[in-house]
Amino acid sequence: MSPGRIRLARRLAAKDLLIERRSRVLVNQVLPFSGLVMVVFAFALGTGGVLERAAPGLVWLAVLFSSLSTVQRSFGLETADGAMESLRVAGVDPIALFLGKAAALAIELLVLVTVLLGLAVVLYGTEPRAEGIVLLVTTAISATLGLAALGTIYGGLAAGGSGRETLLPLLVLPVAAPVLIGATRGVEAALGTDRTAVSEGWPWVGLLLVFAVAIGVGGALAFGTLIED
Amino acid sequence: MSDPATNPTPADRSAPAVDLRGVIALLGGFPALSGIDLRVERGEIVLVAGPNGAGKSTLLNVCAGLVPVARGHAEVLGTDLRGDRGALRHRIGLLGHRNGLYADLTVAENLAFWADMVGANEAETAAALTSAGLDGRLSSVRVSALSAGQRRRTALAVLLVRRAELWLLDEPHAGLDPSGRDELDDLIRLAVASGVTVILASHDLERSRALAGREIVVKGGTVSEAA
Repeated sequence: MSPGRIRLARRLAAKDLLIERRSRVLVNQVLPFSGLVMVVFAFALGTGGVLERAAPGLVWLAVLFSSLSTVQRSFGLETADGAMESLRVAGVDPIALFLGKAAALAIELLVLVTVLLGLAVVLYGTEPRAEGIVLLVTTAISATLGLAALGTIYGGLAAGGSGRETLLPLLVLPVAAPVLIGATRGVEAALGTDRTAVSEGWPWVGLLLVFAVAIGVGGALAFGTLIED
Repeated sequence: MSDPATNPTPADRSAPAVDLRGVIALLGGFPALSGIDLRVERGEIVLVAGPNGAGKSTLLNVCAGLVPVARGHAEVLGTDLRGDRGALRHRIGLLGHRNGLYADLTVAENLAFWADMVGANEAETAAALTSAGLDGRLSSVRVSALSAGQRRRTALAVLLVRRAELWLLDEPHAGLDPSGRDELDDLIRLAVASGVTVILASHDLERSRALAGREIVVKGGTVSEAA
């Protein structure tokens, strides 16, 4: 990876994060939506231990739904006034563009995951155990990287076509199934849901990392073609 | 080491800015341009006139490398459009109906971002701000708070920062008040004085004729010189 490419990617990510800090869309819109989804899940499943057992899956479902808004916002920045077209015309390195967008998205999603895991403790009564903390953090990071890479691929693809608002969930949700399953199992093991041992979670982290690397490398290489019309 | 993307060869510099011969371009499988011949020399301002749907925007997009050439000879800044267009793209600035700016960033931040994307330095960025009349208080105003004319000037300042040699402007005066149009024209003249070539598509013929040295008409996907 050339230093120039890394520098460009960092600059692109910094731009996205600066815009997020200014516009506060994540804080004012996405996080409240995610919180509402968690509350609705709590109402739907009620008490009696079901909620506590389902908590890991519900957290990642809420992350997945909310990530769609985050991805749409991220690429909305580029399409609102034709910046994506300008980036293409200027011949900006598409691999740097992919890495920059994915990095900014990963940071935003990591904030989202952290808040939602905290909400799960408050709303669902889940209790993290000390021996599962490393697994919990590793699962959250690896799943977030995979989601960010996936969201960047399909965000870029959908940004080039009409009707992108409806296209994105259709594209992302089926392919995100391995992340949903792996992250849920990893968090279950970290929390000890249904007496699961911590060691049972690590193979799922492996799956999440393989997914993140495969999607990340594939996405970086294909992004230039994807964002062409 | 010289970067071919940003340092054109002497042969590139002596070549015409645009040299299209018998160019056919398809949109959705149908010919949007059907046998275009057009030669634009370096430093020219050429007005592209014609009715809606005639192919003016397609012509600009072909020159920008965004619409592929289906048939014919097409060279822009000495580079064959049917070959690798990657290196060429650094040298072309396309300003369409949208400005390509980030509304939540200030004018200076937008320019600094683009400067980083193309490797321009702070002095070049500051010079572009000054040339566009955007230095001082305006530079720290968010793009979302600018008038349409100020946004357009910011977009042209980005082209200055990018050191684009060929400006392709699609309806650059649209949505601007008379003073905004005057400022825009001044900026275009300034760019041409520094060696930039400009092709502009416009319905504002009176104003654009005063700016351009030559006028061509696109109609039915073909080009003819205006009388």
